Amino acid sequence: MDPQAAKMIGAGIACIGMGGAGVGVGTIFGHYLAAALRNPSAAQGQFGNLIFGFAVTEALGIFSLLIALLLLFAL
Amino acid sequence: MDPIHQFQIKSLFPIAHIGNTEIAFTNSALFMLIAVALISFLMLGTTRSRALVPGRLQSLAEMSYEFVASNVRSTAGTEGLRFFPFVFTIFMFILVVNVVGIIPYAFTVTSHIIITVALALLVFFTVIIYGFWKNGLGFLKLFVPSGIPIYILPLVTFIEVMSFLSRPVSHSVRLFANMLAGHITLKVFGGFVVMLSAFGVLGWLGALLPLGLTIALTALELLVAALQAYVFAILTCIYLNDAIHPGH
Repeated sequence: MDPQAAKMIGAGIACIGMGGAGVGVGTIFGHYLAAALRNPSAAQGQFGNLIFGFAVTEALGIFSLLIALLLLFAL
Repeated sequence: MDPIHQFQIKSLFPIAHIGNTEIAFTNSALFMLIAVALISFLMLGTTRSRALVPGRLQSLAEMSYEFVASNVRSTAGTEGLRFFPFVFTIFMFILVVNVVGIIPYAFTVTSHIIITVALALLVFFTVIIYGFWKNGLGFLKLFVPSGIPIYILPLVTFIEVMSFLSRPVSHSVRLFANMLAGHITLKVFGGFVVMLSAFGVLGWLGALLPLGLTIALTALELLVAALQAYVFAILTCIYLNDAIHPGH
């Protein structure tokens, strides 16, 4: 196979990982919203945890995007 | 229209030569200096009057101070406040550098992994050195959680050590990759506008869609810039908390 084509296919495959991060971020915000509607007075106190969980989860998706970008532009 | 072109480091003027390596004043260094000048102006210049009723800029400085201080207090405890200047410096530097980077034609310092790795390793070694200095060998309790059955303890310890060692990697790559990916996305959508508008009047109408998306993405990038600075600072607090209070 042409190495350039293999690189493009690899970049596409690497992006699949972002789907998992999408599921994770959706779970975090969905559960936060569900909990916040049950007990709105406690919601403000958990905002820091929400953002922290969001960042940690999102980072994994960004990692796979990074692999794709490296394949496309850097390697 | 190469989306990577914006991250090129250009030498503005050379300073010295060490062996074959040229030490130069680059655009990266220039934007770091701009960020430091902006922060100094915000923190020193606007609070000079010490008004009892603060003006806009003074209250901005006070708010950022109180925001970081309350975060440090809630994550690392009152003892963590001795690291407040450290965390505040990191937060303000990353925030200002990220926000300045969104301005068109500006250079994003944090889109280079060497910068974020330097910051993350600074935090990493601060945690290790302060942890051992304050707790002695008790710092190693961090890797041996209490209340774990003895037969899975080796495995858990191994996992804890591995997760501790991978911290600087995830800490730095998160910030770097977020900025890099965001700016590449902006550039790619900006490229669509140019490509479509080459097709004449109909193309101009079509170009409105990616143009609107670019504006929306810039707003998102502004959020991400502030969020990543916050996340970097809060993770610094959490890691410092491990050094101050080891053991789970």
